[in-house]
Amino acid sequence: MSVIKNILSTAAVAAMFTAGAAQADDIRIALVVKALGIGFFEAAAEGAQEAAEELGNVEIIYTGPTDTTAEGQIEVINALIAQRVDAIAVSANDTDALVPVLQRAMDRGITVISWDSGVAEEGRELHLNPSSNPLIGNMIVQLAAEHLPDGGDVAVLSATTTSTNQNIWIEEMTAVLPNYPGINVVGTVYGNDLADDSYREAIGLMQSHPDLRAIIAPTSVGIVAAAQAVADAGMIGQVNVTGLGLPSEMAGHIDSGASQSFAIWNPIDLGYAATMLAYNLSTDVAEAEPGASVPMGRMGELVLDETNSGAMADPFVYDASNVHDFADIF
Amino acid sequence: MSLAERHIPDRLTNPLQRALKSWEALLLVVAVTVFIINSLSSPYFLDAWNLSDATFNFTEKAMIAFAMALLIISGEIDLSVASIIALASTAMGAAVQFGAGTTEIVLIGLLVGLICGAFNGGLVTVLGLPSIVVTIGTMSLFRGISYIVLGDQAYGGYPRSFAFFGQGYVWWVISFEIVLFFVLAAAFWVLLHKTNFGRSVYAIGNNPTAALFSGIRVQRVKFILFMLTGLMAGVAAVCLTSRLGSTRPSIAVGWELEVVTMVVLGGINILGGSGSIPGVVIAAFVMGMVTFGFGLLNVPGIVMSIFIGLLLIGVIALPRLWSMFIARRG
Repeated sequence: MSVIKNILSTAAVAAMFTAGAAQADDIRIALVVKALGIGFFEAAAEGAQEAAEELGNVEIIYTGPTDTTAEGQIEVINALIAQRVDAIAVSANDTDALVPVLQRAMDRGITVISWDSGVAEEGRELHLNPSSNPLIGNMIVQLAAEHLPDGGDVAVLSATTTSTNQNIWIEEMTAVLPNYPGINVVGTVYGNDLADDSYREAIGLMQSHPDLRAIIAPTSVGIVAAAQAVADAGMIGQVNVTGLGLPSEMAGHIDSGASQSFAIWNPIDLGYAATMLAYNLSTDVAEAEPGASVPMGRMGELVLDETNSGAMADPFVYDASNVHDFADIF
Repeated sequence: MSLAERHIPDRLTNPLQRALKSWEALLLVVAVTVFIINSLSSPYFLDAWNLSDATFNFTEKAMIAFAMALLIISGEIDLSVASIIALASTAMGAAVQFGAGTTEIVLIGLLVGLICGAFNGGLVTVLGLPSIVVTIGTMSLFRGISYIVLGDQAYGGYPRSFAFFGQGYVWWVISFEIVLFFVLAAAFWVLLHKTNFGRSVYAIGNNPTAALFSGIRVQRVKFILFMLTGLMAGVAAVCLTSRLGSTRPSIAVGWELEVVTMVVLGGINILGGSGSIPGVVIAAFVMGMVTFGFGLLNVPGIVMSIFIGLLLIGVIALPRLWSMFIARRG
């Protein structure tokens, strides 16, 4: 029996992502992800670990179901409630289905926050968004402007005319354009979030605007297609592609110079901030209420809106100096 | 003149000896072992509320497993049960949008389950198609309809009183679901072990041709079993939907294999003809406790799947190895 027990606990310790020796007075924070084995979330767990080391007396329990189902997450959360963890920070597979179980967790004195993918308001104390629409809108034009000190023509390659997110971001971008003098937006085209359509639209942009200096693509499909189009048209060095993309898909285009830099959330920062928020709420350093500011370590403070959610930071910028570190992650 | 009394055995071994050597006894040993290991390896295991929470890991699956046990004993299988849950839950969610009350919602859930079961049963018994092929087809069909109806949306807004089925407690830690689990276990035990219908299920599984020639209406019994399995999937859909408080098309993904695992672990011969309801009941507890015990140690889900797989192979191989060992010695 003791052999079996040893094997079991060894497996558990190995799997647990333990922060050194757990002590009784440790604050135990569970980072519950959509599913295990996803690079993005493994990186978030790394960030959580960083926060735990910074705080000292925190043990991180990194866990989640094997596939992205709400039922799987409920089983995991039931086990966490049973262990009387101090806080649960969850990226939810379902906005509503987790509410009953998370309410039970809160009834038993556990701090509950959601991050990345949110839980309905009544099922958590606060929600951490990776970024916000105004921050994203500003970031995509800022990235283009950084490499155009003397200004120039830029164009937008979006997803579809009805893509809610992209439309909001472009709207927010237009609102801050006056802050970037010299940047002249010559047009917006739609590649329907399809690789070949986006490629054609990008080629078209370069042909119809010979003075084009940058293409802003706030979609991970569009940005890759546009970078490919720029490379194929031999316009590297003249047209810079930027926007929102995934490091794994963009690393090659950063290397070739088709893209100088692009942005997306940083999962490490996200895991770090979620842990800091959970810790601060659980230890009563801060209260989650509309208008409150909750400290999150090196990421500053999270300002909560009327739904108790807040935006972490500007999207994180990836360029030649760091894209390869993240390309293996997501 | 008196004849010397002669003992004519009516069974091959005496009942006590047979019970001790039975599959159920072996499973019970496994269950007790798992219980002891769990108690030793986590201080949180032996807690009334925690154990009560843990029962939700298996109650809904076990309800389907009871009906599935009868179906498998008769030599058929239904792999569409998880998809029936999705479709029934979607129908219930749609009914809520049209203002249905708790009674109507439950009736709709059960009815959809029954219809899906009848559809499977009709294809198998009327058209004479193999059940494994039919239900792999309907597995995609039923869930496919849910995806068409819902897409990436969810149905919510279930009435407060509907929450009782999945979140309600009859007395103290005794949930409605665990009571329903035992009631259904008793009902299926009576049906399989104490009625003519149950005897005919065994007869069909052992030899359908012989069963037909002895006057059993084979196709009708099978059709009823498919309807029963569909109905139980409907019952599980009511409980699960009530527990989650929302419906997404991905609800209960992968449950069909867990249900079949539970049935086979419970000692039902996958080729039909033998097995018992008590075995399935114990298997449900074993699977639920293993999942919960590993959850308490924060063992990742994938390790749990590996363990359940090994447990299944082990429990099936052990009696075979034992009889080979006896044969060699004898």
